[in-house]
Amino acid sequence: MSAAATITAHEAPPQSGPRALFRRLKHGDELAHLITLTFAAAILLLTSMLVYELWVNSHLSRTKFGWIFFWTRVWDPNFDNFGAAPFIYGTLVTSAVALLIAVPLGLASAIFLSELAPRKISDTISFLIDLLAAVPSVIYGLLGIFIVVPLMRNTLGPFLIHSFGNIPYLGALFRPPNYGVGFLTAGIVLAIMVVPYIISVSREVLLTVPREQREAALALGATRWESTWKVVLPWARAGIMGSIFLALARALGETMAVTMVIGNSARISPSLFSPGDTIASTIANQFTEATGDLYLSALIELGLVLFLITFILNGMARILIVVTERGGGRPA
Amino acid sequence: MRKTLFLVSLLLSLAAVAWTQSGGTVLLNAAGATFPYPIYSKWFDVYHQKHSNIQINYQSIGSGGGIRQLLAGTVDFGASDGPMSDEQLGQAKFKILHFPTVLGAVVPTYNIAGVSGELNFTQKALAGIFLGTIKKWNDPEIASANSGAKLPAEDIVVIHRSDGSGTSYIWTDFLAKISGDWKSKVGNAATSVNWPVGLGGKGNEGVSGLVKQTPNSIGYIELIYAVQNNIAYGKVQNAAGKFVKADLAGVTAAAAASAKTLPEDFRVSITNAPGPNVYPISSFTWLLIPAQIQDSSKRDAIKGFLAWMLTDGQNYNEGLTYARLPKEVIEKETKAISLIQ
Repeated sequence: MSAAATITAHEAPPQSGPRALFRRLKHGDELAHLITLTFAAAILLLTSMLVYELWVNSHLSRTKFGWIFFWTRVWDPNFDNFGAAPFIYGTLVTSAVALLIAVPLGLASAIFLSELAPRKISDTISFLIDLLAAVPSVIYGLLGIFIVVPLMRNTLGPFLIHSFGNIPYLGALFRPPNYGVGFLTAGIVLAIMVVPYIISVSREVLLTVPREQREAALALGATRWESTWKVVLPWARAGIMGSIFLALARALGETMAVTMVIGNSARISPSLFSPGDTIASTIANQFTEATGDLYLSALIELGLVLFLITFILNGMARILIVVTERGGGRPA
Repeated sequence: MRKTLFLVSLLLSLAAVAWTQSGGTVLLNAAGATFPYPIYSKWFDVYHQKHSNIQINYQSIGSGGGIRQLLAGTVDFGASDGPMSDEQLGQAKFKILHFPTVLGAVVPTYNIAGVSGELNFTQKALAGIFLGTIKKWNDPEIASANSGAKLPAEDIVVIHRSDGSGTSYIWTDFLAKISGDWKSKVGNAATSVNWPVGLGGKGNEGVSGLVKQTPNSIGYIELIYAVQNNIAYGKVQNAAGKFVKADLAGVTAAAAASAKTLPEDFRVSITNAPGPNVYPISSFTWLLIPAQIQDSSKRDAIKGFLAWMLTDGQNYNEGLTYARLPKEVIEKETKAISLIQ
């Protein structure tokens, strides 16, 4: 959007003086361009200011630790030794678990709502789903504490350990001790939180697929499912990807719900039952009482790292969309 | 219609401005520790009722934030659960005085299958449990002090605070004093530490919630929080070797025991204080006040408040389950008020 606005602004005839400016602004088009350009530029400015602030305020920590910050496994405010590895690990693992659960669940629901359910039911359910997306995260945290944590400790956890704990390699993910809180619990709570985003956006995207596409597939003798799977879904691929990455962004940055169920322990352990910590939850937990300059600076650098992770993952998403577009689906 | 509305609102705002300026109102901004927030807000409220021209606005943003805002000069005074370090005082552009206000204590709380009575914790046991060297509940170090209790051969689950907190500061201050291993491996008292074992819960409610939910767990919470929510807690061995259950008298006794050796700047840790009735995991909480205050009306307001807080103010403590300051400390502090100029 900003690119379009910039181009037209450049194409405007070069005039000078306040009167000329006023004359140009009299036309609605010019005014609209100017306003949208300003707002688009404001977003850009806001983002760059955010990065700038994080960059400047993390100076102490960046100069002291350098690149080692990324793979140091110790976070010790008492001895001024800081590393981001446990938190990067926790952020990626919980988000991955969340997406593994939420994507199939959300996509299947969206397909049902857009393709199979009667319109009335579909509209009612999606209204409720949109409500879910607006629930504050602390509520999901409470849900986690009162329902998911006991379930994990007493039923689901022991079951998973019993069933998968002895399988080579895979078993390492399901090793006791199981406290009820940990990566898996946090991932499940995150999945519950992000699934409404996937359903809501994917359903809208699926509904925009032209009717003719489905009818053509059915006319060629495809079953209902074949038309959905081979025609409708590929057509909507970019939009569905968008919904998944929106969900991922929410999962990466979630603070309150995660901190309530993850166990808040700066450790890296392969088992999904072990307690861990994420970047966002660490910042929220420790920022208010961080007194040392280096300590504060390291926390701000954690924020920078989270920004970087989001940036890289979003970049990968763009590439993924471009590549899959090329492989067929919606005609350009 | 719109014009009248505009005029009315203009008049109203003018009146509001005039009203606030009329009595020579002194507005003081303060920020800091969350632990004493209930008593502070009570004090500031009562003091405002007695002196309607003095209004103190306190934001409980945490001790660290309070110290930072005081150093930055964005508040008139700060509050902290731990005394400021020499390094922090060195950063300040002005001299900062410490005034103890109330006392707090931290207690061990636990949830062990089949154990309902109060447990006795030796100092060695607490240090060992939180260091991860004592791993089972039936460890001899725990069992020897609790002959009546049926301690299970189960793993101990340690629960600590996940957020930076004055409660952790007092707890680790005690552990660092009683255990050389703790001091060398984990370090001195701190609001956030690199815990050798365990899970973290956010706030007192997070820790007590996790303890309640997790079988065979132990955590630490503020005495106030335990009393107000009827949470059972254990006795802790003090410097005299006696097992003491925390109560307000025991906490005040800890402060009284340290009063003789109280330094001039009041920056003192009173954990593991000597004396038979002393509860060993106690601490002051402080107001941090600049020694030089340019604005004379603000200076008088702060000095007046401090004098009231040390006398009548202390009577509100027990109602909110804070321990009152001992006489000896109040006397020393009253003298120190004159240092504010």
